[in-house]
Amino acid sequence: MTHLAIELPVTREDRRIARLAALAIGLTLAEAAIPSPVPGVKPGLANIVILLVLLEYGWRAAAWVSALRVLAGGLLLGSLFAPGFWLSAAGALVSLLVLGLARHLPSRHFGPVSLSVLAAFGHIGGQLVLAGLWLLPATALLKLMPVFAAAALIFGAVNGVIVARLLAAPATERRQSSPCTPP
Amino acid sequence: MLRIGDLGVLLAGAVLVVALTLWAWSGGRGDTVVIRAAGQVVQTAALTHVQSFSVNGPLGTTQIEIEPGRARIAADPSPRQLCVKQGWLTLSGQAALCLPNQVSLEIRGHSPAYDTLGY
Repeated sequence: MTHLAIELPVTREDRRIARLAALAIGLTLAEAAIPSPVPGVKPGLANIVILLVLLEYGWRAAAWVSALRVLAGGLLLGSLFAPGFWLSAAGALVSLLVLGLARHLPSRHFGPVSLSVLAAFGHIGGQLVLAGLWLLPATALLKLMPVFAAAALIFGAVNGVIVARLLAAPATERRQSSPCTPP
Repeated sequence: MLRIGDLGVLLAGAVLVVALTLWAWSGGRGDTVVIRAAGQVVQTAALTHVQSFSVNGPLGTTQIEIEPGRARIAADPSPRQLCVKQGWLTLSGQAALCLPNQVSLEIRGHSPAYDTLGY
């Protein structure tokens, strides 16, 4: 019997992205259990992870974590390639693009709260555009837009404050949960 | 924790939410009023300033009052006074009919609302 093993070289960065993606996926699953009065209004807890990754490891790592989260979240929730999955993907994509631009804002004046709020608006914007083009007549969405925008503002601000607090925590405290130090 | 730009972003976000709310949820407000007598349009007026009209019908004179953003039938000779009791009309698509006197008041907005849909 031949022993066939395909070895893929795994870098330290791969492991880090996998671990952070697992964290984001866990938050996505936990969030799916929270009942929501309006479909589509969610705290977006996974965005906390995405934002932390962006600020600590850069945009590329954040894009990887975000893509893995959307894909694996869809697999685990059973909504892979269903409309909800595409809405999630569109939101994540626009949110990442917004973050890619917003992270160049001077960090002396614009902290994680700004990034989080902008990303939240990007998220809901991407979802609304796709939903308007594809799923629902745009007029039906117009009436819901203030609700979505208000949710994006509130949850974006709250998530941003959480990110700011996590970043401000002493490094040793944070390293306990992630023993792998960046190269 | 909050930097000056963060406050700016939050403020801009709040302004966006308020603007969206006003824009999306005020579409039903009317801005003009159409007055008909015996089915013929006798007067079209904007709901911008205080005006009053008197329209003659078979029973007598119907008094119509217009104020900024709203309009009503103030007095009518019809026996049951239904159109008078409707009070102030503000939303696009609302109408008051004074039937025996054949006078009607209809509010129009920038987006015409349906009063009936048929499939």
